[in-house]
Amino acid sequence: MFEFIVNYYNYWMYIGLMMIGFYAMMAKRNLVKKIIGMNIFQSAIIFFYISTSVKKGGATVPILEYAHGHATHGIEHGANAIDVMQYANPLPHVLMLTAIVVMVATLGVALAVVILIYRRYGTLEEDEIMKLVRRG
Amino acid sequence: MILPFDLILVLFVYICAIAAITIKDLLSAVVILGAYSFFMCLLWAQMAAIDVAFTEASVSAGIGTVLMIGAVSKTKRRSND
Repeated sequence: MFEFIVNYYNYWMYIGLMMIGFYAMMAKRNLVKKIIGMNIFQSAIIFFYISTSVKKGGATVPILEYAHGHATHGIEHGANAIDVMQYANPLPHVLMLTAIVVMVATLGVALAVVILIYRRYGTLEEDEIMKLVRRG
Repeated sequence: MILPFDLILVLFVYICAIAAITIKDLLSAVVILGAYSFFMCLLWAQMAAIDVAFTEASVSAGIGTVLMIGAVSKTKRRSND
């Protein structure tokens, strides 16, 4: 059990961070606080995906030295084949680049809606807005 | 990946996240969220995800903070919770 907790410690970190964001989205009444919670929630998910690409044993940044085949002339075929265990897996990185851009797009739309709500109702607290909405 | 460095960075990320959702001044909360994004960016750089790290530093910590400061300056700065 203890080994399970230690070996998968990135999972526990990610779950804790995601629950902090989820608490802010559910329990805070201010709308900007809810948006901050949404930001924390999204980056916790990105953190989880990036942490799955890490390998044990000194795997580094996936930049290859002879990626375009400069040094292959005169050497037999397959001389500079890639040793996969030396590099971190780049597939989650590429997927999460898209997720970061989507994160900023949702942030912009949410802030625009918040500014419109403030112009209409004059407050950012959710309970006061609901009271004004019910009054009609 | 260096394990003690990783744990220290995650500790800072947790402190920034909790401070950003508990503080009552919204401008301070937004600036602490920018610090959170930079610590997250350092965390990804030490997990060998350099491309994600500089995208996060420019897009989320840069443009995101600017957008949120603009929105807070157009609305109210105080929060009740």
